[in-house]
Amino acid sequence: MENHILNVRNLTVDIPLPSGMLHAVQGLSFHVDRGETLAIVGESGCGKSLTSLAIMGLLPKKAIRTADLLELAGEDILNATESRMSDIRGSLMGMIFQEPMTSLNPAYTIGNQLIETMRRHRPVSVDEARDRAVFLLEKVGITAARSRLTQYPHQLSGGLRQRVMIAMTLMCGPDLIIADEPTTALDVTIQAQILLLLAELQKEFDMGLILITHDLGVVARVADRVAVMYAGQVVEEGSATQVFGRPTHPYTQGLLDCIPIPGKTERGKHLGSIPGIVPSLVGNLSGCRFADRCQHAMTDCSAADVGFRPASEVGHAYRCLLTPEQSAQNAAKLGAA
Amino acid sequence: MSEIIVSASDVMRTFMISAGVFRAKRPLHAVNGVTLDIRRGEVLAIVGESGCGKTTLAKLLLGLLPPSGGDIRLDGRPVMTIPRLEMAGLVQPIFQDPYSSLNPRKSVGAIITLPLVVQKDQDPSTWRRRAEEMMALVGLPPRLYNNFPNQLSGGQRQRVAIARALINRPEVVICDEPTSALDVSVQSQILNLLQDLRGELNLTYIIISHNLAVVEHMATRVAVMYLGRIVELAETDQLFKAPKHPYTMALLESVLTPDPSLGIPDTHLGAAYPNPVDPPSGCTFHPRCAQVMAHCSVQAPKRVPVEGGHVECHLFDANLGKEKAIA
Ligand SMILES: Nc1ncnc2c1ncn2[C@@H]1O[C@H](COP(=O)(O)OP(=O)(O)OP(=O)(O)O)[C@@H](O)[C@H]1O
Ligand SMILES: Nc1ncnc2c1ncn2[C@@H]1O[C@H](COP(=O)(O)OP(=O)(O)OP(=O)(O)O)[C@@H](O)[C@H]1O
Ligand SMILES: [Mg+2]
Ligand SMILES: [Mg+2]
Repeated sequence: MENHILNVRNLTVDIPLPSGMLHAVQGLSFHVDRGETLAIVGESGCGKSLTSLAIMGLLPKKAIRTADLLELAGEDILNATESRMSDIRGSLMGMIFQEPMTSLNPAYTIGNQLIETMRRHRPVSVDEARDRAVFLLEKVGITAARSRLTQYPHQLSGGLRQRVMIAMTLMCGPDLIIADEPTTALDVTIQAQILLLLAELQKEFDMGLILITHDLGVVARVADRVAVMYAGQVVEEGSATQVFGRPTHPYTQGLLDCIPIPGKTERGKHLGSIPGIVPSLVGNLSGCRFADRCQHAMTDCSAADVGFRPASEVGHAYRCLLTPEQSAQNAAKLGAA
Repeated sequence: MSEIIVSASDVMRTFMISAGVFRAKRPLHAVNGVTLDIRRGEVLAIVGESGCGKTTLAKLLLGLLPPSGGDIRLDGRPVMTIPRLEMAGLVQPIFQDPYSSLNPRKSVGAIITLPLVVQKDQDPSTWRRRAEEMMALVGLPPRLYNNFPNQLSGGQRQRVAIARALINRPEVVICDEPTSALDVSVQSQILNLLQDLRGELNLTYIIISHNLAVVEHMATRVAVMYLGRIVELAETDQLFKAPKHPYTMALLESVLTPDPSLGIPDTHLGAAYPNPVDPPSGCTFHPRCAQVMAHCSVQAPKRVPVEGGHVECHLFDANLGKEKAIA
């Protein structure tokens, strides 16, 4: 337990909508250790961002958060005051958002924003903050960093803006970083650099890292553990080797079949796909959320909630009525097709 | 009908950048001498690091931005002389972000038919039918005609953007990161759709993507850009099997296949991407190049024609060694 920098037990997020209650996150439990990377993957709208906002205490006002436990470095952050949370967000946890322009103010220079971010939380001089800004801009691969300080966000390309965002999050040296699609807009060389950088800093400061991404290549290379989310629930969890080597939930298997792999998928041919779209999470939910898109669905699937069960290896679990053996057979068929 | 649909020759685009309050503005050569012929029906991918000029090149080809130099021809005619409305029927963009590229206050139908409205299309009675045909083509159920973007999924929004781009039946579609805002299950649907539409409508694609796995799957030819220039252009198989330029090699090394037994690759690109306002001398890639030679920092490499394209690197210059470095 000592090691868990973050402990989440039975987290739910509900959002009241005119059409009913949206059950965006339904009973999530996980933990992140110091020096560990947990990757959360899953389709758009499955609740990844709301999960991270729930941890950060940054949910939209109307959202209702409940949990049995929400602890950061042993401190209860479920019942912490707003002013304590704002302190924690500055010093203990940092978040790298999906879209850099939501966090960068177009009216201020890059330098101004980096320096202010640090001075809001730390008793440092403008010069000290500026030095750290230059240091971090260089670390995230921006050349002529000092001269970039006078530029405005719109003067930078999309990739540069995201790198500035990452530097901003690192200004105060947090214990836990939640990175929500941090490298999506970046090209591969920078992606590798940023991931290496995050991995380096994570070791340097013994930080935990939650990496939210839809890039399975990134997940496979970076994550220690992987949680696959679907429609507000975790449907599969395990080590990266388990989830990628022996995907057991039909959704995970489908996802892995969707991605082009040089030398493996044939050019011009159709990629695998998962028909249909994610279900609405408004109102009463029951049964397996994936059932209506699943080619292996049985009548029992929609009858009652499907629980989490262990796969054949320790530390690997999934939420499906199929046995591990049946799943392995399905996976073999997909691979052969 | 010429086989070459898009032809760029020595195209330049310069932005003036201020380096500080008291300093004079300096030129940034975002696109710096691009020569490129795109054949009808091909899928040309443009890859390269952030800031290398891909989007700027796309905007030049779309006629959205005037070039500072050089010549761009669409179907044999200089781009800047083609009237805007006519341009719309020739080349259309699909942008990265299906969220911000659609007007949230307009219905799906209004968004898809907008190009027809703007064009003062002669036949308003056919608009709805044509929009619905497009929706069917891109796999959008007709019941969504009166819905608004915020009622659609990301994949559906990107389909709306594709339908809007295609309603004028353009010849060329420029996709700037068409799937990077989408998750993989939706990405595969959109990529499959783009493949199908290409066959059905005889489209020529220019695909800008940082995802080299997507590029390998979709493209027939690949242009690798570095600091505003195309440093290697080759058929896809050729490029992936036998990359010539050391930069291309580094890019390929950084492809992250979903293999947990592999770590994060070292791209051997130690030094960071250069400041484009102050590009390195000689070959602009030389400070990061694993195979750098003495004269690389002095002399810019010439364009060396190779099968299916070209490469700009001293390693492939037949005159190597004859033109001695001055230093
Ligand atoms: N402020 C809000 N008001 C109402 N519904 C919301 C709000 N924020 C999120 N939602 C809904 O909650 C669900 C989960 O959203 P969330 O942003 O967590 O998804 P995500 O997994 O991060 O998706 P993406 O991959 O697209 O970022 C979605 O159905 C979304 O539409
Ligand atoms: N309107 C502008 N004013 C000044 N500089 C610009 C402008 N547009 C682009 N630039 C600069 O030109 C260069 C090329 O930018 P461009 O957006 O074409 O790059 P890109 O290859 O599309 O990058 P990304 O992968 O990040 O989208 C960058 O250095 C950028 O900062
Ligand atoms: Mg999100
Ligand atoms: Mg761009």
